[in-house]
Amino acid sequence: MTRQIVIPFGPQHPVLPEPLHLDLVMEDERVVEALPSIGYVHRGLEKLVEKRDYKDFVFIAERICGICSFIHGMTYCQAVEGVMDLPVPPRALYLRTVWSELSRLHSHLLWLGLLADSMGFESLFMQSWRLREHILDDLESTTGNRVIQGACKVGGVRHDVSNEKLGSIVAGLDELRPKLDDLVNVFVRDDSVKHRLGGLGVLTEQQAWELGAVGPVLRASGVSNDIRQIGYAAYDELEFTPVVETGGDCYARTMVRAKELFTSIDLIRQAVEKIPEGPVEMKVTGNPWGEFYARSEQPRGEVVHYVKANGTKNLVRFRVRTPTFTNLPPLLAAMKGLQLADVPVVVLSIDPCIGCAER
Amino acid sequence: MRREAQPIEAIEVPDLLARVGERKAAGDRLIAISCAVVEGVNEITYSFEDRDHAFTNLRITVPPGATIPSTTPVYWGAFVYENEIHDLYGLTVTGINVDYGGHFYMTKVPFPFAAPTPAAAPAKEEKE
Repeated sequence: MTRQIVIPFGPQHPVLPEPLHLDLVMEDERVVEALPSIGYVHRGLEKLVEKRDYKDFVFIAERICGICSFIHGMTYCQAVEGVMDLPVPPRALYLRTVWSELSRLHSHLLWLGLLADSMGFESLFMQSWRLREHILDDLESTTGNRVIQGACKVGGVRHDVSNEKLGSIVAGLDELRPKLDDLVNVFVRDDSVKHRLGGLGVLTEQQAWELGAVGPVLRASGVSNDIRQIGYAAYDELEFTPVVETGGDCYARTMVRAKELFTSIDLIRQAVEKIPEGPVEMKVTGNPWGEFYARSEQPRGEVVHYVKANGTKNLVRFRVRTPTFTNLPPLLAAMKGLQLADVPVVVLSIDPCIGCAER
Repeated sequence: MRREAQPIEAIEVPDLLARVGERKAAGDRLIAISCAVVEGVNEITYSFEDRDHAFTNLRITVPPGATIPSTTPVYWGAFVYENEIHDLYGLTVTGINVDYGGHFYMTKVPFPFAAPTPAAAPAKEEKE
């Protein structure tokens, strides 16, 4: 019988920007079981809702994560607006959609760079992050900040963006597109990328669905599930098809994220073409009473914000289920049978955000 | 903008595993298990989605410190939610497939989100 040993992985590891610890039960070089430990950066942000005004709490909600900050803020606002049944101005919904897709672009480019870095493909890492700067410039010029934009508020958004500026964003993305084509072409065709990612960390369609995988992890296993299809913000008025791959491995997850770059550009173009004139915020009076679940598609997958209110300015409960949290069980399944040297790449393939997961 | 319907069905604790099993048999995905303290009791909500994004919920209501059965025999990945509920709310979940024994979150205060109990209130006053 082969002797089993436990190898600790993390919480500090070169591929992990945030602390996640895994106990890897090994037989020789093969992983037979993996157990995660989190809790290193639990901030208890959900509890703060009992002490902050529900309108101000959006600033805390978007600090759950530095990368998906806009979508966290937006989803929180959607939850409160759902409780209060607020008719958010259409122009605000379109602006939220544009900023959400810019967030997805910069997050996916960040992840593609990190993936390249984890493989030792430094030039690809630098190209990915160089192109990401273009997106961050767009976010900064329209919101004032590269990350944690502070653009969303209950009842709308904090500032309008002129149609001329929106047009220039689309023109800029048109210029960026051939560069993204070149970048994605490397991820799709380069032999070293294929060999490093192909066949690693496979999740079948059934495993991914039943274990609760979301986002690119779920779609890479052949499930056409994208929460944008439920039609929040302005997505019910835009056309798109979820990017789906069937390999279920790290390469398929990479392909989903790479191809979603172009879906996001198309969605921004459609939103800019259709955005109506009008106000971008409404006056919100009174306090919420009731409960509501708001769901959005973050770059890493579905996020759920639940709020419960009792008619006072402080909410009774704010609960966030982030994509990384629900992608942990599928990750454990994907790691069984791996060689030790492949563990970092497979962990990275779910795009883990531990700050998000622990809140 | 569409706001999705989100029905919540209240069920009894003894029915929990059977009702969750029905959702699994129907092919639903477990989205989340959420806990909230409302007027001194814990509301635990199990949220599901089918392949067409239909969003539904089952809810049980239990007193502080109660014991509830684990749903991990049905949904293997539910252990993350159930360990979280134990560590933050102080509820006991029996039969979890991966039980961290209170070490999933390493919080300074035990059960920081738990409903206040008559026994806990005087202790807080003494500290102050």
